[in-house]
Amino acid sequence: MRIHIQNGLLIDPAHQIEDIHDLYINDGQIVSIGKAPDGFQADQVIDAAEKMIFPGLVDLQTRLREPGLEYKATIASETRAAAAGGITTVCLPPDTSPILDTPAVIELIHRRNEAAGCAEILTIGALTKGLAGEEISEMYELKRAGCVGVTNARAPIANTRVMRRAMEYAANYDLTIFLHADDHSLSEGGCAHEGVISTRLGLAAIPEAAETMAVARLLMLVEQTGVRAHFCQLSSAKSVQMIHRAQYDGLPVTADVALHHLYLTDMDIGYFDSNCHVIPPLRGQRDKSGLRDGLLNGTLHAICSDHQPHEPDAKLAPFCESEPGMSTIDTLLPLALRLADETDLSTPDIISLLSFQPARILGLDIGHLGIGARADLCIFDPEARWTVTPDTLLSQGKNSPFMDWEIKGQVVQTLLAGKTVFKR
Amino acid sequence: MKQQDIQLDSQGRLRHFLTIEGLKRNILTDILDTAENFSTVGTRNVKKVPLLRGKTIANLFFEPSTRTRTTFELAAKRLSADVLNINISTSSTTKGESLLDMLRNLEAMHCDMFVVRHNASGAAHFFAKHVAPHISVINGGDGSHAHPTQAMLDMFTIRRHKQDFTKLTVAIVGDILHSRVARSQIHALTTLGVPEVRVIGPQTLIPKDAAGLGVHVYHDMKEGIRDADVVIMLRLQRERMQGALLPSANEYYRTYGLSPSKLRLAKPDAIVMHPGPINRGVEIASSVADGPQSVILEQVTNGIAIRMAVMSMVLGRGPEEEAEE
Repeated sequence: MRIHIQNGLLIDPAHQIEDIHDLYINDGQIVSIGKAPDGFQADQVIDAAEKMIFPGLVDLQTRLREPGLEYKATIASETRAAAAGGITTVCLPPDTSPILDTPAVIELIHRRNEAAGCAEILTIGALTKGLAGEEISEMYELKRAGCVGVTNARAPIANTRVMRRAMEYAANYDLTIFLHADDHSLSEGGCAHEGVISTRLGLAAIPEAAETMAVARLLMLVEQTGVRAHFCQLSSAKSVQMIHRAQYDGLPVTADVALHHLYLTDMDIGYFDSNCHVIPPLRGQRDKSGLRDGLLNGTLHAICSDHQPHEPDAKLAPFCESEPGMSTIDTLLPLALRLADETDLSTPDIISLLSFQPARILGLDIGHLGIGARADLCIFDPEARWTVTPDTLLSQGKNSPFMDWEIKGQVVQTLLAGKTVFKR
Repeated sequence: MKQQDIQLDSQGRLRHFLTIEGLKRNILTDILDTAENFSTVGTRNVKKVPLLRGKTIANLFFEPSTRTRTTFELAAKRLSADVLNINISTSSTTKGESLLDMLRNLEAMHCDMFVVRHNASGAAHFFAKHVAPHISVINGGDGSHAHPTQAMLDMFTIRRHKQDFTKLTVAIVGDILHSRVARSQIHALTTLGVPEVRVIGPQTLIPKDAAGLGVHVYHDMKEGIRDADVVIMLRLQRERMQGALLPSANEYYRTYGLSPSKLRLAKPDAIVMHPGPINRGVEIASSVADGPQSVILEQVTNGIAIRMAVMSMVLGRGPEEEAEE
């Protein structure tokens, strides 16, 4: 299958390209940019005039809810929503049911994705068996089964010795460890950032120290074990400073931020909007600016969706009793691009944070449009306007904190390995 | 993002009563004035007015309560409403029927008003957001968030003794962190123009950004209580001794309990209040609780008039309409 995409504004941060170029695909690979290869006869011509072409996005944390919680969402529903949002690769954390701690579960996911999926699924294996924080998992087997890293997700590892051993063992197999910084004894039972809003509403609070304490402890262990570590979804300005300092000191650490922490604060909880119940919690205005600064100064390397679709009942409860998590996969790309209007980040910077940089964290040759690369890309209409409603969200989870927001820009077509997986 | 206050209707009248926060001073004054008119009903021979005849009010109590539930019940009965008392153990809702299903069932019984007490902050807002449009919700206490009728009965009691709110110093002492009463009192006091609201307690029991509520924070009781016109003591839950919030009831009493000697630091005519139930010898000395400056039992009596006022206002009938009945 030979595809010729013409007249599109190509944005490929990995190669500093931001210009109108034609793009040629053959057999699922990008074969040329600009000029057609000799004798290239397109089977399909896509006109991308007035549109932008981005590398397919790589989302570092996407909960698909399958296996185990199919009443919330499925691999079919969420990878389709991902494709509709320009995302061609999603990383699935191990807190599914059953937990991703054996190769069999990982094979099951890949089989289901072959049957129904519209995006590539990368699995991040469990760091400890059953995520129980007691025994380390079979990381070698998990790596062989295709896991791109290991994590204990948000399940606590109270025992520092276990954490240290797990890091050493992961380093032994050159696995990146994905860390969710949370001192469970400080955050347990909490549902909102400790600050003016939790004080006003009487909500059980999660202090900033729940994150910073854990960042400090984990950084010390990273330094000692030499593991390649990635901090997921930092929520406080202080953590960003700590990571910045560690990077300056030469530690091999990277970090990401979830898009909603760049736009929302605890103020958005209003009078108990359960769609704003998320862990780590929405924090204060200073944290929001600190996270944006972290993107600008290079401390934070990626923006992810931290997508957590829920069925309506999960949110129909008083704030703290509702299930935490937001459905964010549909809005990731257009809202991230809005940062170009609100910060000093350029459109290529933002695309890099959504594609090339997360791919590098994963150590994978994706997220760019180089010759020979797998043809993962999306075609984006920057002028399209739409409103977030339950009907415009493709995710099965309608629990978006951005409900009723007016959005500018929309993906019109997405290709995964040269195959159209979504077309509007 | 500005959210519309769901407790007001399009004309700015009370449609639900969920929190003091966001209500204007004139609404609070209306409640106090209306309660003043109702306060004599309890002393009449026939302790009833027919304002809410034919209305059905359901008291939904997901948490045990004696005082609040009975005064709501009495208030409703004195307004001639039919009252349903439903005590629901929270465990049966979390594990089985969802809160919303329960709500739908009660709606099907054609109630006009729900009085809700629940241990989760935001429960009353949750009910108000999801009830059928003809039903009103009154917050009988939700988690650590709000207890607006308690705060209003406290304001009523203060006004009876002190008249002018704009010259007062009010000290609230104890477990502010977990107290819905304190939060509602703070909003009510600041809205009514009290220039000096103080909260007093150990750092473990004062929420992080308490100053953001417009109060002065004191950790030393003797300093905080000095020259206060009103001293409000809060109940200290026994379970606070667990979870490293306090070392012992003994030490708490020594440092933050209201003893006669500490009370002497307040103004000589200061009144002592407590939302009840009181722990004698933990947050307050018996001699103070039963002493001449205590208005604790008056608060209970005033609770009926305040709840009558709120119920009748929310259902759109003031006492002035009594004559037309």
